[in-house]
Amino acid sequence: MMQIECPFCGKRDETEFTYGGEAHIARPSLQDDDQAWANYLYFRDNIKGVHAERWRHAYGCGQWFNALRDTSTHRFLAVYRVTEPRPALPTGPER
Amino acid sequence: MAGAFRLSAGGQIDRTRSLRFTFDGRSLTGFEGDTIASALLGAGIGVVGRGMKFHRPRGVLTAGLEEPNAFVAAGSSARREPTVRATAEPLVEGLVVTSQNHWPSLTVDFGRLNDLLHRLLPAGFYNKTFMWPSWHVFEPAIRRMAGLGIAPDEPDPDRYEWRNAHCDVLVIGGGTAGLLAASIAARSGARVLLLESDRVLGGALKWERAVPGTLTPERRIRSAAEDLAAIARLRVLLNTTAVSVYDHQLVTAVERSTAAQSSPVRWRQRWWRIRAKHIVLATGAFEQPLVFPYNDRPGIFLADAIRHYLNRYAVAAGQRVALATNNDTAYEVALDLRAAGITVPCLLDTRHNPDPELVRSATAVGVEVHPDARITSTRGGRRIESLRFTAGTASQEVACDALGMSGGWNPVAHLYCQAGGRLRFDAHGACLVPDGGLAAIHAIGAAAGAFMRSSATAQVRSTLAAALEALNLCAETDLPDWAEFPQSRLSGATGAIGYSGQAHRDRAWVDFQHDVTASDIDLAARENFVSVEHVKRYTTVGMSIEQGKTSNVNALAILAAQTNRAIPDVGTTTFRPPFVPVTLGTIAGGRNGRFYRPVRLLPAHSQHVALGAEFEDYGAWQRPACYSKANEARHEAISREVRALRTAVGLFDASPLGKFLVRGPDAAEFLDRMYANTMRTLVPGKARYGLMLNEQGVVIDDGVCARLAEDEFWVNTTGAGAGRIAARFEEWLQGEWPELQVVTTDMTSAFATLNLAGPRAREVLASLPCDIDVSRAAFPHMQIRTGTLCGLACRILRVSFTGELSYEISVPAEFGASLWERIYSAGRRFGIEPFGIESLLVARTEKGYLHVGADTDGSTVPDDIGFGPAVANKIGDFVGRRSLTLAENLRRDRLQLVGLRCAAAAEAFNAGAHLLDRKLAKVPQDSAGYLTSACLSPTLNQYVGLGLLRNGRARHGETVYLVDGGRESIAVVVSPTHYDPAGSRLDD
Repeated sequence: MMQIECPFCGKRDETEFTYGGEAHIARPSLQDDDQAWANYLYFRDNIKGVHAERWRHAYGCGQWFNALRDTSTHRFLAVYRVTEPRPALPTGPER
Repeated sequence: MAGAFRLSAGGQIDRTRSLRFTFDGRSLTGFEGDTIASALLGAGIGVVGRGMKFHRPRGVLTAGLEEPNAFVAAGSSARREPTVRATAEPLVEGLVVTSQNHWPSLTVDFGRLNDLLHRLLPAGFYNKTFMWPSWHVFEPAIRRMAGLGIAPDEPDPDRYEWRNAHCDVLVIGGGTAGLLAASIAARSGARVLLLESDRVLGGALKWERAVPGTLTPERRIRSAAEDLAAIARLRVLLNTTAVSVYDHQLVTAVERSTAAQSSPVRWRQRWWRIRAKHIVLATGAFEQPLVFPYNDRPGIFLADAIRHYLNRYAVAAGQRVALATNNDTAYEVALDLRAAGITVPCLLDTRHNPDPELVRSATAVGVEVHPDARITSTRGGRRIESLRFTAGTASQEVACDALGMSGGWNPVAHLYCQAGGRLRFDAHGACLVPDGGLAAIHAIGAAAGAFMRSSATAQVRSTLAAALEALNLCAETDLPDWAEFPQSRLSGATGAIGYSGQAHRDRAWVDFQHDVTASDIDLAARENFVSVEHVKRYTTVGMSIEQGKTSNVNALAILAAQTNRAIPDVGTTTFRPPFVPVTLGTIAGGRNGRFYRPVRLLPAHSQHVALGAEFEDYGAWQRPACYSKANEARHEAISREVRALRTAVGLFDASPLGKFLVRGPDAAEFLDRMYANTMRTLVPGKARYGLMLNEQGVVIDDGVCARLAEDEFWVNTTGAGAGRIAARFEEWLQGEWPELQVVTTDMTSAFATLNLAGPRAREVLASLPCDIDVSRAAFPHMQIRTGTLCGLACRILRVSFTGELSYEISVPAEFGASLWERIYSAGRRFGIEPFGIESLLVARTEKGYLHVGADTDGSTVPDDIGFGPAVANKIGDFVGRRSLTLAENLRRDRLQLVGLRCAAAAEAFNAGAHLLDRKLAKVPQDSAGYLTSACLSPTLNQYVGLGLLRNGRARHGETVYLVDGGRESIAVVVSPTHYDPAGSRLDD
């Protein structure tokens, strides 16, 4: 079971959180074509490595936030607010 | 013979405290400090179980957790725990021990027939043989034969607990490496937790003889324990086995009570969840067996286990104990046996040139050493009687009543691998060693392949120094006196895998627990299995509770040889949690029976009890299904309640209804985007039904939005969906539309909600003190009012789920019970009846009101349930809108909501029945849909239902075939609104 740093409450066990899938998925407008809408609905990157994703501290403050997590090590590299852009990571070997 | 095996002196048992126990009904005694296995061996019992597949008699192989043979059931009736390792289970007073996996008895077992037929039963036998006519023909008989123990069939009377712990350094294993690591870490300032499976600390020190001129093992253990007890930052848990490692250094461990089963204890076992910054694995190593023909007879032990029984329990494995080895371990065992006066007829060493000094030491005590020796066979029935071996060209038979074998040592790396760590093959030690690639999990001592204490000390110190540095601590360098060991002359390395030769490979066991022999692995290789994972599944080597503890290295070596590969190229299998079996009660902890999950009770719960409610679980809520009167069947109660609300008035507790306050300048805009129906145009005081969709356009919830003021809405959702919808509101507000100024508040459990429904509902309400004008003109359908009722602040919403005139009254939850009392007593003279949720569902099915999730499925869009035009005419975007224009959602032949009635009025049907266009006999044909709700309508006196039917809206009046469990009937497609299609009963 992972430990996740809620940006509002601090480090808590994974059981307090719910997962919200990949972050930074832009919602197309009503005018965009079917393909753009299908991409938005169904297509995700499924990354092995650093993944930007949404979490909700469901059994805590209830707030949604974003996190960068390495899906191969389950290491969290950053947490940030949903309205913030994806933060740049320090370059160099991270793991 | 009994008694001859227990030596008259020595050991760490308490001879002043004898313990009585039974084995298969026979009364025996052991001593405090015994395990079940040592007590059985001490009593002269050699056969303790039967092999899983061939049902050969099996004895004790090991003296610890790695035991693959000696599984017994411990305890009786409800406390019987099956498949307990006799070698690791402490003996307690009065314990009832029974052997397993035989019929009719341990001595006479008809399953032994399998052994006579063993040539017909190779790996994969089941998969190849029981194919025709069908596996299912054979399955019941095979299932009866499969498995080992029998689970108790009574409820477990014991209590179990969960505990949580946090520490800087978790040390797993209290042998010399673990003790040293815990001491260094704690003295350096870290908070340390040390787990030890056994009753006492010390690891292998517990079964070592004193070396003249150095501290005795007992003295070392005592000093270490005293040292550690003096450090406040350090906690030691004995009888506690770490079983699993999860992400971010979460370790689960089982702590067992050592009390007798009959004595009352606060807890029998505890489930520890330990979060550590660093984990130090000091789990030691398991000795591996040698693979030679007939290596499974009772009386054949691992060599070090013989020493363990001798020095710790004062139990002799036999009077003539032969030894076979491919490494130095057996020499130490030989010396200990001789010191106890036990004959060692031979020591067979597979190596060509064993260390001459070791050979001299053995010869000096009268042990004949044969280099280059391999066992070719053993004889004996219920105990080994002799062995035959070859050394060079000579072949010789030696009589013995026990045999100790040592195939080298392999680190216990199960937890390391569970955490994702990899193993490297160490050719020097012929073992699999943790590669050191994990940042916060470190193996030390024998678990890291440092088998010799002298080299282990340096390895422990450097590993701890690195781990403590990561915690910003500086490692203490003082070495306590109990941790200083003289140089050992043993090398501890094997350099080779122990295997004897080409003959009788089908009788040379690799995995004792699953009866897997060398020839099974040969067969897998011949049949072209290459991946070690596939070989494991095909042969079952290392599966189940064995988890490769005594089989892994030999199996890999044989597979490598058979496929002409090096062992590192074969790889290793995955180690899965738990390391040892865990009783389900321990994992459940206190969460069973009525503590399984929290129960939510309605505010007027005791009023419902007094009225005879039949409670059922709906989600987390306990709600009345209906209220039964004396001698009334459930369907009669439901019919009575529906008739009452249709003809007079009924009262329903709707408190679980999802209730939200949505406030802020953008509240209307927000709800307009969340619901498929237009909410922006609502004027204060009015309410509107709404469908909530997901982005795929699928209906996921429905409810009513009522506008209290320009910037304030009262939103009702389904009861079951309340938590989900709250999360959804926030996901969209926080993630997609942070610019909207809206606050949502979940008020679900803050308010009690009662539904007063029926033609006389208005009269009941008007008879109560209320400052709201409830007249038809002043308070029409789909409107909301705020005021006071019986002195209580209330919101009243005119909304109906029954089809009758209806008021939904919400008051603060703490007044729910008194409001129920007031309304119920005021309603008595108008014929009021309470009604339960089953009656509500009948009423809404009659009326054709949708139940999202029952009458819709994971593909239903608004048009399918008749809301196409309302949604299409809406201006602006909302969640799911774009998906409604996808081609799939515009198809004409979609499943659409219809009403259904049986063509024959007296007939019954059940929800879930499939709808067919043609008679069932006409195959093949696709299902045309299904019946989603069905009930006996007390109002219409026949079965009515709702269903999803392909292109159903255009098919009213047609007949369809209805298939339910093979039974066919004919139904007529009608409008979903079976009752009051004009809606005059709503009184708007």
